[in-house]
Amino acid sequence: MNTPKFTLVLAAVAAALFIAFRLIGNDYLFFAGYTVLQYIVIATAWNILGGYCGYVNFGSAGFFAVGVYSTVFFYNVGQQYDVPLPIPLLMVIGGIMSGLLGLGMGYLTLRLRGVFFAIATLALLVVIETFVVNWSFVGGSRGAYIIPPSEIPVLGVFIHYLFLLMLGLVVLSLVAARTIERSSLGIGFATIRDDELAAEASGVPTLRLKLIATVVSGALFGMAGAPFPYYIGYVEPGSAFNLAYSVNAIAMPMIGGTMSWVGPMVGALLLSTLQQVITVTISSAANLLITGLLLIGFVILAPKGLVGLWQSFTAKGKRS
Amino acid sequence: MQFDLLINAIIAGLMLGGFYAAVTAGISISFGMLDIVNIAHPGFIILGSYIAYIVSTNFGIDPIVVAILALPVFYALGTGIYGIYFQSFEKRGQDPLRGLAFFFGLLFVTEVVLILVFGVDYRTVDTAYAGGSLKLGVMEFPLRMLVPALVSLAMFAALQLYMSRTFIGRAVMAVSQDPQALELMAVDPTRIKRIAFSISMATCALAGAFLIVIQPVLPSSGREYIGRVFAICVLGGLGSLPGTLIAALLIGVIESIATTFYGPSWAPAVSFGLLLLTLAVRPSGLLGR
Repeated sequence: MNTPKFTLVLAAVAAALFIAFRLIGNDYLFFAGYTVLQYIVIATAWNILGGYCGYVNFGSAGFFAVGVYSTVFFYNVGQQYDVPLPIPLLMVIGGIMSGLLGLGMGYLTLRLRGVFFAIATLALLVVIETFVVNWSFVGGSRGAYIIPPSEIPVLGVFIHYLFLLMLGLVVLSLVAARTIERSSLGIGFATIRDDELAAEASGVPTLRLKLIATVVSGALFGMAGAPFPYYIGYVEPGSAFNLAYSVNAIAMPMIGGTMSWVGPMVGALLLSTLQQVITVTISSAANLLITGLLLIGFVILAPKGLVGLWQSFTAKGKRS
Repeated sequence: MQFDLLINAIIAGLMLGGFYAAVTAGISISFGMLDIVNIAHPGFIILGSYIAYIVSTNFGIDPIVVAILALPVFYALGTGIYGIYFQSFEKRGQDPLRGLAFFFGLLFVTEVVLILVFGVDYRTVDTAYAGGSLKLGVMEFPLRMLVPALVSLAMFAALQLYMSRTFIGRAVMAVSQDPQALELMAVDPTRIKRIAFSISMATCALAGAFLIVIQPVLPSSGREYIGRVFAICVLGGLGSLPGTLIAALLIGVIESIATTFYGPSWAPAVSFGLLLLTLAVRPSGLLGR
C-alpha cells in the first residue's frame, strides 16, 4: 500500500471511529478515548528514536511537558492581550518547542554512546521540571488553570473537538512513522540500531540521522502534550512531568513490538485501555504496578513484543 | 556573617558529598566497571531506607546497624537480579536497549510496591544522635549528617582496598577492561561480574540507611538521585572509585552553596546541569581513562 492510500484508509478508520463514538453519545467514551489516542502518539513518537534507531529516551515526560507548558505560556500571553490562540496552532507551537529541545539535546549527547544519551534524557527531565517549578508565569509549583471554551461551533461539546484533534494527530504520527520506516531514512536508522560503527564506516551520516529522529520524535511528543492543559483544565509540574508518561512511552512499544509502526499502536491501544479499566475498577497505583511488571515480563520473555509473537505464530502455522 | 554562611555551606556540602559517595559507590561498580546500566539502583536504595525504617522503629536498633545486618540480604538480591539479567540479556548478545528497559521497569515496580505497602507519607527514624551537633568555632557539624558521612567514607575506603588489594577485587577491575583476557587466565568472568554486581547492590543497604537518617523518605525519593548518581559517576570518570569520591564531594559542595544562596528549589538542577556539561565537554570525567 503506498502512502497516500494508507493515509486515506487510516483517515477513513478515524472518521468511522469518531462517528461511532458520536452515535453512542457517551462523553466518558471521549474522555477515556482521548487518553488512549494520546498514548498512541506518545508510543509512536518514542519508537521513532527508540525502536528505529535504538536510542532509549527516558525523558519522554519532559518532551511531553514542554508541549504542555508551551500551551500554558501562550494561553497566558493570549489572555493578557485578549487574543486566544486556537488549539491546532498551539499544537504546532508545542511541536516546534519540543522539536527544538530534541535538537539541542541531540547536539549535546548524541555523539556519545547510547547509554549516555539515555541517562542524559533522565537528567534533562529533572532540569526542565526545576525550571518550570521556579517559573511563576506558567504557574510555578502552584500550577495553572486553563479554562476551556464551553461550546464549540459545529461539534458542540468541547471534548469532542479535543478528541477529533488527537485523532488527527494519531493519523499524522502513524503515517509519519510508516513513511519513515519505508524510506531510505528508515534504512539509515536501522543501520544505526544494528551497528553504528559499521554504519559510520560505510558513510552513513549517523549524527545527522540521529538528530532527525530526535527532532521528529520530540515534535510528536510536544504536539501530544499541547492540548493536554485543555483536557485536564489544571496543570501542575507533578502531573505534566509524571514519570508514568516516561514508563508508558517505553512499555507500550516494548510490549507491542519496536520493529514497525504497528507495534507501538497495538501496545498503546491494549495497555492504555487496560490501564483505564484498572484505574476505574482497582486503583491507579495497581495500574502502574501492572504496567511495570508487564514491561519487565515482555522484555525478558518476548523481546519482539506482541507483533513478534504473532509473526512467529503465523510462521509456524504456514510451515505445518 | 556571609563568610560564616559560606564556611558552613561548604562543610554541609562536604558531608552531603560523603553521603552521595555512598549512594554512587554501587553505580560506580555496576555501571562504571561492569557496564551494567542499573537505573534501578536508587530504587533499591529507597528499599534499603524502608527496611532500616521497619526494623529500627520496631526493635529500636540504629538504622546504620540494621543496614550492616541487611548487607547479606542485599548481596543475595543482587545475585538474583544479575542471574536474571545475565540469562535474559548478556547471554543473548549485546542488546543494551532491552537491558535498560528491564532496569527501568524494576525501578518503577520497586517504587509502586513501596507505595502500595507504605503509602505516600514521609517516613523518618529516630536516632540517638539525631538532634546533636558538634561545634568548632563558627563551624557546625550536625551529627545527623556527620555520622552517615563518616561511615560512608569508611565504606569507600574498604571498597577501594578490596578492589585494589584482593584477588577478586583485581579480577573485577580486569573484567571491566578485558573479559576475554580474564577468561584466558582461567577466571570465569560471569562469576566475577556476579560478585561485583552483588557488592554494588549491598551498598544500597547502607546508602538507604544513611538517607533515612539524613532526611524523611518517600517511595518516590529515589528519582531525584537517578540523575545525581549518574552525574557523579560520569563526572568522576567511569570505573574510578577515587574519582567518584572527588566528584561526589564536589557536587555536594556546589549543591549546598546553591541551596544556601539561591534556595533549595534550584538544587536538583545543579548536578544535572553538571552532568550535561560533563557529557558535552569531557565525557571521560575527571579521573577517567
